[in-house]
Amino acid sequence: MGTVSSFWAYTRKSLTAGLIAFTVSDRFASISPVRGLSMHPTFNPHTTSSLLESLMDDHVLVEKFCLEKYKFSHGDIVVFRSPSNYKEKHIKRIIALPGDWIKVPHQQDTLKIPEGHCWVEGDNATSSLDSRSFGPIPLGLIQGRATHIVWPPQRVGKLEKRMPQGRVVQY
Amino acid sequence: MRFGGQWRSVAREGWDRSVIMAKFLCLLHVVDTYLCSSVLVYGPSMFPTLNPTGDVVLAERLSTRLGIVARGDVVLVRAPDNPRKIVTKRIIGMEGDRVTFLVDPERCASVVVPKGHLWIQGDNIYASKDSRHFGSVPYGLLQGKVLCRIWPLDGFGSLQQGVWF
Repeated sequence: MGTVSSFWAYTRKSLTAGLIAFTVSDRFASISPVRGLSMHPTFNPHTTSSLLESLMDDHVLVEKFCLEKYKFSHGDIVVFRSPSNYKEKHIKRIIALPGDWIKVPHQQDTLKIPEGHCWVEGDNATSSLDSRSFGPIPLGLIQGRATHIVWPPQRVGKLEKRMPQGRVVQY
Repeated sequence: MRFGGQWRSVAREGWDRSVIMAKFLCLLHVVDTYLCSSVLVYGPSMFPTLNPTGDVVLAERLSTRLGIVARGDVVLVRAPDNPRKIVTKRIIGMEGDRVTFLVDPERCASVVVPKGHLWIQGDNIYASKDSRHFGSVPYGLLQGKVLCRIWPLDGFGSLQQGVWF
């Protein structure tokens, strides 16, 4: 009898903890690991991929308050669902916002970002699957904004807004 | 001394109540985002399936999360041109389908829906801003699948299929 009631209490406690964890991670902030080299050198500055170093992948704090108004600024690092596979999440930097004109690399023309869309690119242009291949993405796919690195300990710190020069033309 | 003890018990009771309240709000949030929620939908784009003046529908979040939606389902989608707005449309084409639609009364266009995208249209093709204007939408914009109408009560029940099927 005692074991049943303690088991019940344990279940209730873990359920409550789960509810609170889900709510906090949906509404306020969550922590997610960054894999791959598409944002090198901002994230994952090491280049080899041994087992030990993959344990030391950067973990970032993703805040969700920006999802209330969907207001972003140039240079923000955002987490978004991939437009071609909704189960994948990618982390990239916002280069252009609605109404901007952007110079597409390897093409001569400039492109206007449609209403409600943005242009995202990885910092590491050579190994990044981003708006250069799939075009502007809807802002609705964005799941949060990365603000701090929280792991590994020697890399803890705030993330800077950075913008490549001369890519965006604003009118 | 007695006053302090009294104050402490009041504080403890207030704390307990706010913890219960917070837990309840968390439960509400989780049910709302992961199971189902009731949504007020209005506007002419889904007429005659939904009333232009407004209906309350029950939307479930599980099947969009698990990826089991099919052609003909009425879904809630975050509008691609305005992320603050959620629109109700019917799925016409899944990824890989070829969709033919009227651009204007004289001209037809035909496109293939790309991988990971959906083609959505309103049932009222004359007053609906949908994939015919902004193209196919990524699956990640889906917010839920409409199960049934719960208000007004005389229209209670599942939504009938549109003219497309």
